[in-house]
Amino acid sequence: MATMAETSTTAPAVHDISARAAEIADDFALLTDWEDRFAFLMEAGAEMQPLEPGERIGDNKVRGCASQVWLVSGISDSPHGKVLRLRGESDALLVTGLVALVVRLFDGQKPEAVLAFDARQFFDRLGLRGALTPQRSNGLSAMLERVRADCAAHGNN
Amino acid sequence: MIPAFDPHALRDEFPILSEQINGHRLIYFDNAASAQKPRVVLEAMEQLASHGYANVHRGLHVLANRATEAFEGARASVARFVNAPEAAEVIFTRGTTEAMNLLAYGLASSIQSGDEILLTEMEHHSNIVPWHFLRERRGAKLVWAPVNAQGGLDLEATLALIGPRTRVAAITQMSNVLGAVPDLPRLADAVHGFGGILVVDGAQGAVHFPTDVQALGCDAYALTGHKLYGPTGIGALWAKRDLLERLDPFNGGGEMIEIVTRDRVTYAGLPHRFEAGTPAILEAVGLGAALDWLMSQDRAAIELHEKALHDRAVAGLKAIGASLYGESPDKGAVLAFNIPGLHAHDVAQILDQSGIAIRAGHHCAQVLMAALGVSATARASFALYNTMEEVETFLAATERAQARFARVRPQQAGAHA
Repeated sequence: MATMAETSTTAPAVHDISARAAEIADDFALLTDWEDRFAFLMEAGAEMQPLEPGERIGDNKVRGCASQVWLVSGISDSPHGKVLRLRGESDALLVTGLVALVVRLFDGQKPEAVLAFDARQFFDRLGLRGALTPQRSNGLSAMLERVRADCAAHGNN
Repeated sequence: MIPAFDPHALRDEFPILSEQINGHRLIYFDNAASAQKPRVVLEAMEQLASHGYANVHRGLHVLANRATEAFEGARASVARFVNAPEAAEVIFTRGTTEAMNLLAYGLASSIQSGDEILLTEMEHHSNIVPWHFLRERRGAKLVWAPVNAQGGLDLEATLALIGPRTRVAAITQMSNVLGAVPDLPRLADAVHGFGGILVVDGAQGAVHFPTDVQALGCDAYALTGHKLYGPTGIGALWAKRDLLERLDPFNGGGEMIEIVTRDRVTYAGLPHRFEAGTPAILEAVGLGAALDWLMSQDRAAIELHEKALHDRAVAGLKAIGASLYGESPDKGAVLAFNIPGLHAHDVAQILDQSGIAIRAGHHCAQVLMAALGVSATARASFALYNTMEEVETFLAATERAQARFARVRPQQAGAHA
């Protein structure tokens, strides 16, 4: 996925969050059944750069997930000011796919822009909260809460 | 006499089994987590709520008497179900978890530092954590009996761990992951030989095997309603009268007392001593109805039917190279597995799209997961209403999932921790 490679090497991204959301929604619009959607997510998950073993630690673990999820996030300096840097993975591939979408949305974006974006509504619109079980949705919710908390903590500093 | 058990004849009694899930008819293989309820259970609760409901034991009016009779009738059903010598030895609890907590709490004051509590590696957390409390608070030592290579209890090693410091052995009747069925009469003799007691977690075993606590030789036995085709929030502890009379009361409150003054309290007799507060009246009656219903079925034929489903699923999963956890002889009808190249959670999510409900995770058995060297497994668990056609559909969906989605990620192949 060209956009993902682009955003993971250059920060901040050329596109803002809503442009990235529109790209993802366009990709999803082409997928007609659940098998294609699952395959897309698993593909996106498999393409993620794996975390280092030292990053799969308790501090990076996201609570509330049925499977194990680790998010490595932080606020970094960039030519455009402070931006969120975000990587992550799960031992389950479908969840790693969800992590990939969250990364694709938010990595390299300004914390205030992340806080202003309604991610829940976005994932609802993709049909992902419905296609995944409540437990899994909770995992997504926990991930989004973690990202928002990191961005909010930055604002308070 | 029907020669073989026919699940199709029973399915109509379970309204939920005709649900459509993701455009498919539900195939429910998550029975070890919680089983579905037959209409007779739902109707028993509705009947009581509509025509006989009031608080129990303390009224002098018609409804109070109806409710009390129904509630005590349910206790008698539990007693018959486990062949308890007397119904007063049956304590209603919220489930197996509360039963184990009641026992551990009640025993705490008699546990000295260094006293041993024998557990097996395959116990559910509900039969581990209450005993950890005694380790933390009383200095008890937890002794762990090992699982053998077949996924059964290593009986010889377990017997060798039982000794003069063994105060309690708390052992499952049937593992919720491995399906293993320990030799409880043998273990009871060994524990009793040293003056200890055998506590049995019957959460799974009660569902699949006719249970006689006197034949098992145990001192206490816990079961839960919702796995036995009954309601949630209700279960039972059976224990020998002399053991119950030695236990400190668990919860204090109404119903469990005899006299309360400013300076002292005296406690009610059995079973009320352990049933503080208003019990789950409707649920208890629902449980009684579930057990009466189950006792009216041919349970030997059901056991054979569930075994046939299990054995077919084992053969089908082996054919696609799945790892299976637990292949001990005479095991119960749960099947823990992993598909190469797919995480257990992914397997569960994929099957859900075809309306097939299975479980994935550590199954509240993290000690066992560590012993097996996995972080998670998928689990299919069978009930009397499941059919061979459902097993075939499950196997076909699993095979398709593997063909379509399995991929090897070098650091995460399978589900190894």
